[in-house]
Amino acid sequence: MAIKLANALLAIVGGIGGAMLLFWILNKLSESLKGKWEDRVKPWAFAGPAILAIGVYLIYPAIVTIQYSFANEDSSAYVGLRNYTDLLSSADFRQVLINNLLWIIIVPAATVALGLGVAVLADRLRPRGEKSVKTFIFLPMAISMVGAATIWRSVYEYQPEGSPQTGLLNAIFGLFNKGPFSWYQLDTLHLNSLFLMIILIWTQVGYSMVLLSSAIKAVPEDTIEAGRIDGAGERMIFFRIVVPQIWGTVITVFITVLIGVMKVFDVVYVTTNGAFNTDVVGRRFYNELFTDGNNGYAAAIVVLLMIAIVPILIYQVRHFRAEEANR
Amino acid sequence: MSTTIQPGVGTPEKQPVLRQSKPGSGAGSATWPVRVVLVALCLLWMIPVLGLLINSFRTRDAQFSSGWWSAIANPLDFTKWTLDNYVRVIGTEDAGVNMGQAFVNSFVVTVPATVIPILIAAFAAYAFTFMDWRGRDIVFIIIVGLLVVPNQVALVPLLKLYGSLGINGTFLAVWLAHLGFGMPLAVYILRNYMAGLPRAVIESAKIDGASHFTTFWRLIMPMSTPALASFAIFQFLWVWNDLLVALLFLGRGDNTIATVALQGLQGQTGQGRELIPSAGFVTIIVPLIVFLSLQRYFIRGMTSGAVKG
Repeated sequence: MAIKLANALLAIVGGIGGAMLLFWILNKLSESLKGKWEDRVKPWAFAGPAILAIGVYLIYPAIVTIQYSFANEDSSAYVGLRNYTDLLSSADFRQVLINNLLWIIIVPAATVALGLGVAVLADRLRPRGEKSVKTFIFLPMAISMVGAATIWRSVYEYQPEGSPQTGLLNAIFGLFNKGPFSWYQLDTLHLNSLFLMIILIWTQVGYSMVLLSSAIKAVPEDTIEAGRIDGAGERMIFFRIVVPQIWGTVITVFITVLIGVMKVFDVVYVTTNGAFNTDVVGRRFYNELFTDGNNGYAAAIVVLLMIAIVPILIYQVRHFRAEEANR
Repeated sequence: MSTTIQPGVGTPEKQPVLRQSKPGSGAGSATWPVRVVLVALCLLWMIPVLGLLINSFRTRDAQFSSGWWSAIANPLDFTKWTLDNYVRVIGTEDAGVNMGQAFVNSFVVTVPATVIPILIAAFAAYAFTFMDWRGRDIVFIIIVGLLVVPNQVALVPLLKLYGSLGINGTFLAVWLAHLGFGMPLAVYILRNYMAGLPRAVIESAKIDGASHFTTFWRLIMPMSTPALASFAIFQFLWVWNDLLVALLFLGRGDNTIATVALQGLQGQTGQGRELIPSAGFVTIIVPLIVFLSLQRYFIRGMTSGAVKG
């Protein structure tokens, strides 16, 4: 234990000291250059280490991943498109895609809607009340998905019929002489997936609420006043005046949650480990990579995920450019 | 040099955080149904946490013979309460894993993985903001694009590479991975913040003959404190709460961290099962404290439009 702490301390001191020294040396080196060359090299001395880190840990591995997706399970020989055809022709994997699609359809929309609802309602409270409501709703954001899944045991837990139910949901159903149900095994209509989604939504609504709330507060009062004078009702004001003005934020929240959902892994891994027809792409990827040791399938799954992300990536870059133009 | 800007106070962020309602914009106009709905929502949001908290202090018998809510109805029945779960989960391996050790490991992983990227990212952000160089815009656009790319894209080759280097299962492997994965967000947050700093200050420093290196240390770093804090909180929570990277590169040995240990406990059916709630609290307590005490910076980072893939 002491050795570990000493290690960590060494890493902090060494890491920071090393980084400082590195930049000092890089700076000195670039200053030793003459005239124009100094100005040309110095930016790379400053930005170089970060660019290198990104190159080594994201860009280069991404390229290798694409390469691996055309190779066999230990990446020793190319197999052409076999990984892709295997995956896409297996009914099992198609079901995984369908499950992920359900997550994509339900979670971002529900998160935005709930966050917007809380933001609008809490806006009418006095400041202190508003702040407490927001803190409660926001709190789960700090909790890991493993932690969240543990927390939700107190709601979803199932004990065999006849023994006392220790999960809240089964206890409530018990009052009406229904159940008990093993919620995570209930795959009619993908209900079990829905129960898992609720855990994710629970952690994300706070994020959505905070962003939308600050957008709502930035809506100019006179636009609302003008609507009122023209005789618009509350609902009309909300949908015709407020919503269009916060639309940009709605999209931002939606996309952020969407990305999280596309690669969702933790919550499924911790609760059902993909059993009972709840598997998703992120967990399947982990399974292929680590449990089955099949680099080819794992890489192909990631490439499919990347392809799905491309439209979001394009949107993100465009959005950034538009914002820069407004600076 | 202008004296109106003080280190750490120069906040170019447009909208103040958790802004209080403007007078006359409907603050305090909530009707009773609205209040009831909000209170119900807050309760709904906190009930699962309460359930876990209560169960973490109940004896094994109590946990499995009745629901956690029955402890609220009968709070003075001291035979059902115990601190034993925490003592055992932190001090022993009754649960199959020592959460105390995993907790320490979480710190060992998280603190360096949070602190080290900051300096590297800050230098880069400075170059992206205050220096003119060829390729600057295109490199930054790539970083912006990478924000939405899930880090799964890097894991297959990394696992193989780490395997051949023989550093799988070491802290170094995870530190470096989080350094790389956190870098786009760090550069993005810091650069956005620096771009909002008044250019006049930097120009006047230049006129005074200060080099970029001096300007960075003396002016920009102190002025960027809020953004540095925002990123530090993001990264801290992200690394502490991470499961995937730790599972792949640290595994379940002596170096295992709290989230991985807690995940391993979930399947527990026999002895040790009563320790799951307390292990859960041990795992989430640090992020909760960090989050509650530094909420302001966290929200500022969020509203600056940061997305992490």
